[in-house]
Amino acid sequence: MAAEGTAEGGSGFSIHPMDQFIVKPLWGDGPVGTFTVTNVTLWMGVALLCVFALFVLATRHRGIIPTRLQSVAEVFYGFIHNMVEEVAGHDGVKYFPYVMTLFLFILLSNLLGLLPMSFTTTSHVAVTASLALLVFFGVTLIGIARKGLGFFSMFWVSSAPLALRPVLAVIEIISYIMRPVSHSIRLAGNLLAGHAVLKVFAGFASMAIISPLAIAGAVGIYALEVLVAFVQAYVFTILTCVYLKDAVGDAHH
Amino acid sequence: MEGEIAALGKYIGAGLAAFGLGGAGIGVGNIVGNFLAGALRNPSAAPGQTANLFVGIAFAEALGIFSFLIALLLMFAV
Repeated sequence: MAAEGTAEGGSGFSIHPMDQFIVKPLWGDGPVGTFTVTNVTLWMGVALLCVFALFVLATRHRGIIPTRLQSVAEVFYGFIHNMVEEVAGHDGVKYFPYVMTLFLFILLSNLLGLLPMSFTTTSHVAVTASLALLVFFGVTLIGIARKGLGFFSMFWVSSAPLALRPVLAVIEIISYIMRPVSHSIRLAGNLLAGHAVLKVFAGFASMAIISPLAIAGAVGIYALEVLVAFVQAYVFTILTCVYLKDAVGDAHH
Repeated sequence: MEGEIAALGKYIGAGLAAFGLGGAGIGVGNIVGNFLAGALRNPSAAPGQTANLFVGIAFAEALGIFSFLIALLLMFAV
């Protein structure tokens, strides 16, 4: 990608906006295999350490008067707990720890990706697809375990006219199978697009005439990206809750 | 020559695919606009609907993101 960007010439860009997403081994320049330690591994590890620091170290001395970090942890805990209870229903609260883990991991990966010179792990479909597929298979298995074959009555829309039901069933099944696709591509696509736009503005900053404008634009986009980091983590978790509701909620069809 | 025509088609296709994002913009704007209109009429009911707001935005946006994905695939994978 780098060679492509510079070989085109004439664009005046000193950096290619897509260079930031290249997966590189941490040591040396060898090929990337299944077990190669890459920059993705590093930044996922850093995200995990941050979750650990926020939720284990900061809440170690639980006080009546919380410290600053403890209240941050409490706010997140309360926020996600309310969301699971409201969206997935009372039976969904059993799966709250997993939803909480998802939210924190995605949020901290998004936020760490905004540090200069860092790597955004959630901008890779491989990472988000793993998370989305786990949710998809988890929800399907929970649904079958709790409702048996009744889970599949979700696809048979009994409120529709009988002649339309087979057509609707096909559409429902297709949209059910597309869930992990849209679930993962949404997160990865948003971060990919945002970070690429940020780098495009950074590239324009090297042109003297428009550099003040470009830098102001980059600052604005950066602020927007901080918002996007929160919103996308929120959207991923709330959709997990919506899907979970299909599995654990009352059979309303 | 043939390779150049293929590259030309690739870039034009990527540009055309990016049009899909306009639809996502219209959809998201529509949802948020209607939410605001409703929220200003009945502010006390608004906080309970924020979850629905974000789910709606997410669904509308996903379809635009698909076309963005097609553009990226054309640029870097084809």
